[in-house]
Order: sequence, then C-alpha cells, then structure tokens
Amino acid sequence: MNLFLEAFAWLFAPEQFEGPNAIPIRLAEHLGFTLVSLVIAAVIAIPIGWLIGHTGKGREIAVGVSGAARALPSFGLIILLVLLFGVLLTPLALVVSFVLLGIPSILAGAYAGLEAIDRRTIDAARAVGMTEWQILWRVEVPLGLPLLVAGLRSAALQIVATVTLAAYVGFGGLGYYIIKGLALRQFDQMLGSALLIVAVALVIDGVFALLQHTVVPRGVTVAREVRTASTRRGPVMGTPIDQEKEDQHVHS
Amino acid sequence: MNWVVNNLDLILELSLLHLRLSLPPILIGLVIAIPLGWLAYRFKLTRGIVLTIAGLLYTIPSLALLVILPSVIGISALSELNLTIALTIYAVAILASSVADALASVDPAVRQSATALGFGSWRRFWAVEFPLAGPVILAGLRVAAVSTVSLVTVGILVGVQSLGYLFTNGLQRVIVEEVLAGVVMVMILALLIDAALALIGRLLMPWAPRTGRASRRASRSAAPVHATPGEATS
Repeated sequence: MNLFLEAFAWLFAPEQFEGPNAIPIRLAEHLGFTLVSLVIAAVIAIPIGWLIGHTGKGREIAVGVSGAARALPSFGLIILLVLLFGVLLTPLALVVSFVLLGIPSILAGAYAGLEAIDRRTIDAARAVGMTEWQILWRVEVPLGLPLLVAGLRSAALQIVATVTLAAYVGFGGLGYYIIKGLALRQFDQMLGSALLIVAVALVIDGVFALLQHTVVPRGVTVAREVRTASTRRGPVMGTPIDQEKEDQHVHS
Repeated sequence: MNWVVNNLDLILELSLLHLRLSLPPILIGLVIAIPLGWLAYRFKLTRGIVLTIAGLLYTIPSLALLVILPSVIGISALSELNLTIALTIYAVAILASSVADALASVDPAVRQSATALGFGSWRRFWAVEFPLAGPVILAGLRVAAVSTVSLVTVGILVGVQSLGYLFTNGLQRVIVEEVLAGVVMVMILALLIDAALALIGRLLMPWAPRTGRASRRASRSAAPVHATPGEATS
C-alpha cells in the first residue's frame, strides 16, 4: 500500500500544478481530444445508424463494421495513421484514429435503438397518419435514445483509453506521465497518473449512465410501472415451482 | 511488400507468441465467468454486485490497468503474468454478463420440465440450462476473444513481446509496411480464433440457431411455434 501513498503524494505535489506539464493542462488535453473526436464520430455515425435502423437496409453493414472494428488494434491504428500523415500532422492523425474507433459503437447504438422498437408502435404511428419524417423524429428517435446513449458511452470509453495510448507517439494527455514513468522507472508517477486516468474514465462512464436514465421517454417508464404493478396484483398462473417465480421477478 | 517478404519469419514468430498470449485469458476468463454469471442470473443482490463490478472493471483503460494491477497484487509490471491477468479481467467483465443473459434466455418451461423429471439443481444446470444457454455464451465468448487478441498488442508498452512489437519498432524505424503488417496480422488472428470458436460451437451445439440471412428469416417466422433458446434475446 506504500506504493499507493507515494502515488497520491506525486499526484497532489505542488509541482504537478505548474509548468507546461501540469496535470490540469494534460487533463484538459485528454478531455478535449476525447470530446472533439466523440462529437465528430457522432455526427458521422448517428445519421447513418438512423438511416439503417429506419429503412432496415444495410443491417449487415452495421453489424459487419462493428464486428470488424473490435478486431482492429487501436494502438496499431494510431501508429499507422501517424506514420501515414507525417510528423507535422500528428494531431490530425490522432483525431482521425479516435474518430474511426468511436464510430462503430455509435453506429451500432443508433441502429440498434431503432431496430429494438416494437414494429406495432411504428405501424401505429403510420396508421395515425404520421409522415416517415415524423415517425423518425417523434417516435423512433426518442425511443431509440437510451441505446444511442449506450453506444456513445462505450465510444467515449474506447476513445479515453486510446487517447492514453497516444502518449506513446508524443502526444500529451494523461498517458504522458505513464509513458514517461515507464521510461524513467518512476513508479509513483506511473501509478498516480494511472489512478487519475481510471477516475476520469469512471466519471465519464457515470455521466453517460445518468444520461442513459434521463433520456428514457416518460411514457415508456410509466407503461413499464403499470405493467409490473398489474402482474404482481393478479394471481400468477402456470408457475407451480416457487423458485421459478423468484426467477421471473429478478428478470422482469 | 519488401519488408514483409524479408521478415516473414519474424511475423510468424510474433504471431505464434501473440496467439500463446491470447488463449489463456480467453479460456480462464470463461471458467471464472460461468459461476459469476450464474450468481448474476440467480439472485437479485449478487446480480447488482457482479454486473456493477464487471462494468466498472471494463471501464478501466488498458494501459492504466497494466500499471495499477502489479501494485495491487505485488507482481512486476513488466511480466507476462501482468498482461495475462489484465486481459483475463476484461474477458471476465465481458463474459459475466453474457453468461447471465444466456441463462436468463433459457425457456422457463424447459427448466420446469427438467425439475419435474427429477433433476436436482446441480444436474439441471449442467445437463439442461448450461447447454441451452451455450449459443448465447458462445456469442459473448467470440466478442471477448476478438477484443483480447487486439488488446494483447498494448502489452508491448510494458515490455511483453507480441505483434505489438511491429507497431513500436515500425514507428521507431518509420516503416509503414511493418506497422500495417502488424495491424493486418492481429485482425487475421482475431478472425481465425473467431471462426474456430464458431466452428466448435457448431460441432458441440447442433441445437444452436444457425446465423445467416435465410435462417434468420426462417427462424423469425417460425419463432412462435418452436422457440429455440438463443432467440429469446434476439
């Protein structure tokens, strides 16, 4: 545990808050690159995902892209693009690789959110005379939001992790301290910054988790509560084994 | 292509090393995830605990985990064991929820029938629930396997040799082909393991719903009549 004390001592030492390598500067870099890349990836992936989800065409593309992306080593992609773009364009090469790594999850989230909607809901919207555009914006998009946010969440985490690796090619961010610590065998610095990176990832995850809850349309929550209440009140038929009742409650 | 042709031996050697590093985390991860997934499926309390911890562990960026883990368990940061444990943690994080989902996808009527036939809970689990949950678990295992293969490359930063060596060495020597060869080989290796798992699944679980366009359409129309296990989640 001594190591952790040293790590915290490093993390809160006054010299970490001054000069060009101050933690706030590296943190801002890390978050800035993450946010910019996430926004660009979202702008590209969301319309395509919604198009696939609404029309039901190109489903194989969405599934294939997100499957293949998982096999793509992010560290290799960064280095490949940095070499291809040249030293002067390193920041651009990094943003392009972060965007490429963010797209698959967002695409999958946008598409899956629309795909998961009960077809009868959409038929009902069409039956009351909504245009395709209205169905998309007023029915499909709101109902698909929770899964879209889930996609954004995993994309954000993927990007935060990859920004850390980017320190290896000379980009700053919080990974800078780990790479420097590894080279100099300074364990307090490595551990301190690693803990900070984990904290950043957990905060981002928490923010998206909250967002995922808040974007569930109110009608959906109300309907769910009503349904649960009615099944609990009524007699349960066809489940003679107590255990099974338990199971169903857990997963309802 | 010159670099690749002249260094085929190196690429092959690193690929084998990479494969050797990838397999233990996938297999150990599955073995650990089965009881954890069962706990997550069976009891409401443990479900919350297991799934929350799995979710949080999966959130940790790989390089940070490789740095923190040695200090927590007291091993060298530069050891192969460090990488193996870190990757096993990620595999467990993915698989625990897959196993829980898979067990939940088993038709309750089938479970009741097994109980009615006199199966105890241990035998019922291994003879009925686990095989029927197999196809969904396999889907999770394929995801875990592919991401493990690609994460092994990060190990080069803490000195564990793998195809990741082609990335760092290629950067230092500014050889685009070398880095590209590394990326392509990692993807090929991931695809091979994925295909191997799919094949094993086909052989061991002939009851699994076939994937593919025609069969998906067929199973969708037939679903209400003969509901097969994997479809409960689709």
